[in-house]
Amino acid sequence: MAVTALREKQSAVHTSVEAIVEVKGICKSYGNVEALRDIDLDFPRGKLTSLLGPSGCGKTTLLKIIAGLIGASAGSVTVDGKHVSGPGPERAFVFQDFALMPWATVLRNVAFGLELRGTGKTEREETARRYIAQVGLSGFEDKYPHELSGGMRQRVGLARALSVDAEVLLLDEPFSAVDEQNRRKFQEDLIRLRSKQNKTFIFVTHSIEEAVYISDRIVLLSPRPGRVSQVIEPDINRSGDPDRIHRDQHYLDTVEEIWQGLKQYVE
Amino acid sequence: MATNVRTESEATNLTLPATSEEAIGLRDRPIILRLVSIALFAGIWEIAGRIPVSFAFPTFSDTIAAFFGLIADGSMPAAYLSTLQPLVLGVLLSTFLGVGIGIVCGLSRAGEWLLIPVFIVLQAAPVAAFIPLVTFVYGIGMTAKTIAVMILALPVIVLNTYKAVRNVNESLLVMCRSFLGTRWQTITRIILPDASPVIFAGLRLGVAAGFVGVVLAELLITPTGIGDLITFHRSRADYAEMYATIASIIALSTLTLVFLQWIEVRVFRPEKRGA
Repeated sequence: MAVTALREKQSAVHTSVEAIVEVKGICKSYGNVEALRDIDLDFPRGKLTSLLGPSGCGKTTLLKIIAGLIGASAGSVTVDGKHVSGPGPERAFVFQDFALMPWATVLRNVAFGLELRGTGKTEREETARRYIAQVGLSGFEDKYPHELSGGMRQRVGLARALSVDAEVLLLDEPFSAVDEQNRRKFQEDLIRLRSKQNKTFIFVTHSIEEAVYISDRIVLLSPRPGRVSQVIEPDINRSGDPDRIHRDQHYLDTVEEIWQGLKQYVE
Repeated sequence: MATNVRTESEATNLTLPATSEEAIGLRDRPIILRLVSIALFAGIWEIAGRIPVSFAFPTFSDTIAAFFGLIADGSMPAAYLSTLQPLVLGVLLSTFLGVGIGIVCGLSRAGEWLLIPVFIVLQAAPVAAFIPLVTFVYGIGMTAKTIAVMILALPVIVLNTYKAVRNVNESLLVMCRSFLGTRWQTITRIILPDASPVIFAGLRLGVAAGFVGVVLAELLITPTGIGDLITFHRSRADYAEMYATIASIIALSTLTLVFLQWIEVRVFRPEKRGA
């Protein structure tokens, strides 16, 4: 009755698509506390992979190591074959707390990555306007972040990451500070946006439903120390009505199976 | 080509504040309220002067008349010419030096350990007590007055800037780094704008302290400028003239602070405009 394509880590490595991000033997310790132990993972190009697990499993730490924002104690990360030693132009980050400059308009915030790269004002604003439209914020270009709702602020954060044209988008619990209704809306929009963008997404979340709803692949991490416990590829058709997915039997079964697997780590 | 994802429903949830054109009523007109506040103050002064509270307390109208008298006979413009030179010089030097030192101390541990204790002591000390010493070393000219302004203005500007830079929003720093910002870009585009409200709070305190410094210097050591005008009219018991002089420097100080706030909102924090 295994309706969801639930596989063990070993078999999941054999994905037909080539890996763009490769994580090999990553360990991370903070003093005596071991946050991550021997993480080996491949992230296939053009797919959305979620890192899912209870708090303390090191999923955000792993994402930040891939982003080059923190260093690993051991192991290596390569993106497109190149070794990661810090942030790079092929990766863009979407922050849990949005990290928008309150003194800058939506337009300048979205164009900020290009501004730092020295792109000319006209060119970067044109690019920014295009991505502001893609995330559905047309008409809000001249607003300041405090004039926007949480959901809209994160759309600005997403547009900023998209506008630098990075191949890999790293999203650190992007919806955790967004209210439930806007989160549902944003998840639907993300599915739609993905079908237009040929980008690789690595998505950190603690919500099982969210992970199953949007991911091509789910990496389950177990806590203390963080290790890969399972890799799951939910077999869900996302081409039709997004609302239908929530009633899809594969969706419901996968959510249930992941919960059964994670239960032991929740006290 | 643009895939306009649906957000209309979210967009309508956005509650925009009522535009100023729609807002009618005294409460929404700060200018009128401010004028009323000034008129009330002037009225109470006038009544207090007429009782009189003290023979040395002139009425508001006498003070205003004395103010125009002082301008007409040229003694007030001459006094301001003498006072403003060390004041403007001292305040400008304190601003640039203070913000500069503050930023360096905020960014580097060495700068912090070397300089911050000096300014903490200076801020805690009753600095006015140094003013006679300054005269002793630098005489009674421009230099002494400028230094008097600076020893009062500099510490608070340095300490506020240092604290603002030290407490800059960590997640914006990480954001700037992740989008490949250089050290210089991080300072000019993230740290300075983020720290500007606290830096400007320090500047307002520093500029006000600078006014104290110059008047103190002129009262205590160098009988010139505004300080001299106050002392002179007090000695002649021209209390209306004395009050007019005091009120004029208070007004100038206030206007300077308002101007400073305007610069802050205009240049650094446009999102606070009209807030």
